[in-house]
This record gives sequence, C-alpha cells and structure tokens, in this order.
Amino acid sequence: MEPHYPLFYVFHFYLFGVIALASSIAFVTRRSPVAAALWLVNTMFSLAALYVMLDAQFIGVMQVLVYAGAIMVVFLFVVMLLNLGHPSELADARGTGWKLVAGLVGLGLLSEIMVILRTKLPQQLVVPRDFNELQLQKLNAVGTIAEPLFKDYLLAFELTSVLLLVAIAGAVVLGRGRSVRAR
Amino acid sequence: MLAESLALTAALFIIGVIGVLVHRNAIIIFMCVELMLTAVNLTFVAFSRFYGPAGQVFVVFVMTVSAAEAAVGLAIIIAIFRHRQTINLKDINLLRG
Repeated sequence: MEPHYPLFYVFHFYLFGVIALASSIAFVTRRSPVAAALWLVNTMFSLAALYVMLDAQFIGVMQVLVYAGAIMVVFLFVVMLLNLGHPSELADARGTGWKLVAGLVGLGLLSEIMVILRTKLPQQLVVPRDFNELQLQKLNAVGTIAEPLFKDYLLAFELTSVLLLVAIAGAVVLGRGRSVRAR
Repeated sequence: MLAESLALTAALFIIGVIGVLVHRNAIIIFMCVELMLTAVNLTFVAFSRFYGPAGQVFVVFVMTVSAAEAAVGLAIIIAIFRHRQTINLKDINLLRG
C-alpha cells in the first residue's frame, strides 16, 4: 500500500517528527506561560513541515498562519493582558501524586492507541496510489481542498461561519466587563 | 509514513493529556488542548494521503473550531481573572461540593 520513499524524505520526516516531539515535551514541562507558548509554536512549525511532506501544502500554510500565527498570538496577548509574570502565578504544577496519575493515564491511553493501530485498514476505501499527485497537478494545492469543500461539504462550511459568528459574539460579551469602576 | 505519523500523533496527543492533568495554570491547560487538536489534525492529513482529500477538508473544520474555542475560552479566562484576580485552578473551586 505504501510506496517506497527515498532516504532524503525519510530522514527529514523523522527529523521534523523528533523536533515536534521534543518541543512538545519541553512545552509541557515549562511553568512560565510565555516559554510554553513559544515551545508550542515550535511544535506547530514542525508539524506544518510534516503536513507539507504529506502532500498537504495548503494545510501546512494554514497551520503556520492560523495556529502558529493567530491563535498563539491571542494566547500571548492574554498572558500580557493579565500580567502573569510574577512568581506566585508561576508555581502552578500539581503535586507528585497528580503527576503519577497523569503518567499512568498517559500510559493507558498510549497502550490503547497502539492496540488500535494493530487493526487492518479497510483496503476497499484506498484511493489509487497517485491520486493525490494527480489532484495536485490538476487543481493546485488550493483546489485540492477547495473542490470538496465547496461541493460536498458546502453546508458544513456555511454552518462553520455561523459558529464563528457565535464565538465572536460570545467572546465580546464575555470580555466586555461589567463597568469601568471595577478597578 | 502512515505508521510513523500515527505514532507521532499518539505521542503528541498523550503529551497534551498529561499536560492537562498536571498543570494548574488555565492558559497552559488551554494550550495543551490546542496541542491535542493539532495532533488529531496530523492523523487526518496522514490518512487523507490514502483515502482522498476529504481528510484535509476536515482539518480546515478542526482549525476553525479550535480558533473559535480559543477565542471563547480566553474570554472566559479574562472574565474569571477580572472576578478572582487569579487563573490558578486551585483557587477556582466554586462548584466543588
């Protein structure tokens, strides 16, 4: 099912995978929100590289623009707005018991996922091997996504705009504050 | 590369879960949720290589939902901070019985 990949490709795939894994571990062990956010941006960038290597160029660009750009900037804005630099806010991790429980839950989930990965993939759903390359040549990187998005999933796309409108309205209402004299 | 992508997805997702369980800072917990969503996106992209481009469309939807979730969640965090002057989840236990 999988074609043979050149060594150059495999090396870079593993390289970006290791970078993503290492920076996500660094992200989860940070106590300062700013350092954590920057490590998360690093993870997002290497995941974007993986998307490009998996023939999803448009998704890679979206990952950089939306996740690493917009969402993380919003997180950093909130950190800046709430002024969370002082040490009393930084001592946030739970005790050793919680860390032990978290490790056990993680191990359990990992073993479950590894068991699921053992199952055979349904072969009758597999598209022809060079289907995606042909789509890319025929429709460009954007058209590959735009064609199903605006044909098969048009209703979901329109509903997404309603979701975004509701989210914006909710964020404005929640963040507006009761009055000026609160401070 | 499908098996490697799925293994990386599993590892990233579980790192996100452990982060949610370990941390008490609400903003870092939100970032861990974002990490979990992104890990799932990698699964969609890896499968879309073999099962057609619909997986990439789903990634677009997941990104939209996570952007909406980040906007609303951070607004809630700001509202909580305005009331309690903290975002440490240790101090926000009003609903604990």
